[in-house]
Amino acid sequence: MKKLIEKHPLAIRWFHWVNFPVLLLMIWSGLWIYWANDVYRIGWGDTTLYKFFPQSFYDMVHLDHKLAQGMAWHFVLMWVFFLNGLLYVLYTLFSGEWRYLLPNRHSFREAGQVILHDLGLRKAAPLVQKYNGAQRLAYTAVILMGVGSLLTGLAIYKPTQFGWLTQGLGGYEAARVQHFVLTLGYVLFFVVHVAQVGRAGWNNFRSMVAGFEVADVPTGPAGAPLARREPDSRA
Amino acid sequence: MALEPTSTSAQEIPPHPSPDGANLTLPPGSPLAREAARRTRRSFIGLGLAGLGGVLGWRYLLNAPDADGIPAPFRRVLDANGRLSAAYFRETRLAPEFAKSMAVREVRTNGSAGLESDIDLAAWRLAVQPYGGGKPQKFTLADIKALPRVEMTTQLKCIEGWSIIVNWTGARFADFLAKYPLASRSGQPLTDIARPPADLAPYVSLVTPDEEYYVGLDMPSAIHPQTLLCYEINGQPLSLEHGAPLRLVTPLKYGIKHLKRIGTIAFADTRPADYWAEQGYDWDAGH
Repeated sequence: MKKLIEKHPLAIRWFHWVNFPVLLLMIWSGLWIYWANDVYRIGWGDTTLYKFFPQSFYDMVHLDHKLAQGMAWHFVLMWVFFLNGLLYVLYTLFSGEWRYLLPNRHSFREAGQVILHDLGLRKAAPLVQKYNGAQRLAYTAVILMGVGSLLTGLAIYKPTQFGWLTQGLGGYEAARVQHFVLTLGYVLFFVVHVAQVGRAGWNNFRSMVAGFEVADVPTGPAGAPLARREPDSRA
Repeated sequence: MALEPTSTSAQEIPPHPSPDGANLTLPPGSPLAREAARRTRRSFIGLGLAGLGGVLGWRYLLNAPDADGIPAPFRRVLDANGRLSAAYFRETRLAPEFAKSMAVREVRTNGSAGLESDIDLAAWRLAVQPYGGGKPQKFTLADIKALPRVEMTTQLKCIEGWSIIVNWTGARFADFLAKYPLASRSGQPLTDIARPPADLAPYVSLVTPDEEYYVGLDMPSAIHPQTLLCYEINGQPLSLEHGAPLRLVTPLKYGIKHLKRIGTIAFADTRPADYWAEQGYDWDAGH
């Protein structure tokens, strides 16, 4: 039987859509800052496989000579990023949404099945509650990455007053590298996330805006016991 | 965004296979389809308005009156960040020090503002304007070197993002104020940085002899035990590019505050002019 089921609470939709442009602007202003000392590369010795970033990239997006502006944006929007993330975490804790989001002992196996299925190597998709194992791992990891960005960012921002943190992360230079790598992680997350949202289709995407999803809810003797299971019954 | 009220407790999502391939089309014209269409329409209009509001709000902030190179609201947040840092600041927290062997041999230089005019090192004097008023007092390099000699190997962090470990030698600014009580309005010496005189100036200004480069410091950073009037790098007298004969070093601030070739030091009740803060950078620029 088809019905509209509530999928994403209003609060989570707000957190999601506030975070998207804020993270985008944090990355953008971060690139303006990075430009002033763009020393990172993938390579070894004299061999460079990829330089962050090639001149063509700078020319394309005009990242140059905006250090002061970049720092100003970064140190304003960091508060929005932090507060929005904090409220999201508190909301998931107090609303019980964390039960859908945190990985459980099945999540790694399930994530493997999901990846095989999505690559077309496995026919059956695993049963999911709200999120499959791959999603639980990804959505939890990205929150931990957010915490990582805040901590590594603070370590670079106030390396003397938070010297214990900066030293704990391996020093100022190391913290700057970690801050950069985490940002690459967001870009990777974004690419996979958008591709998966595209794959999952309109019904799924709409639920992050309108909150509801159309579902074919199982009825009858076979369906009812499944539907009565607790959200974390597999945890 | 979504305008629909949602129940406080999330309705449970029953376990279900991933919906790919499932036919989820609602019967056209059915009450369920109309309900879905209505909620979808309202939510997307809400999201569109929220997005438009966000874009307009951000543009409004960016177009606000300029405050030293950045829009005024941004400047206000940077200043608030600075006040928060000041409240958290403790003079007992030290920047890490390194083994002298880790210091670089060739110390990078960056920028020459304030160093482009001619200087006669023999005739150079440090001028200090007493906070209580009166004529500036003049000091020779020998006067500074007569203060307790402090050597430290700390990391210089440029606001551009690079950093180097440097071996510095000089006199603590706090020791200078202990011997020469010029920063207190009533002329009291600074005997203990944890308990400075009540009428100690809140800010310090440093200016090059040609007045082309100038920085402002908050007093707690200026009297921090790692803030030096520096006259040697790697045990050698400063070169002209590194700020001979006397420069400021403080691992509590970015390199932009490490003024080279100090000409005049003065004290102030309000934040003194700062070369880079006038060009969009954070005035505090503190660590």
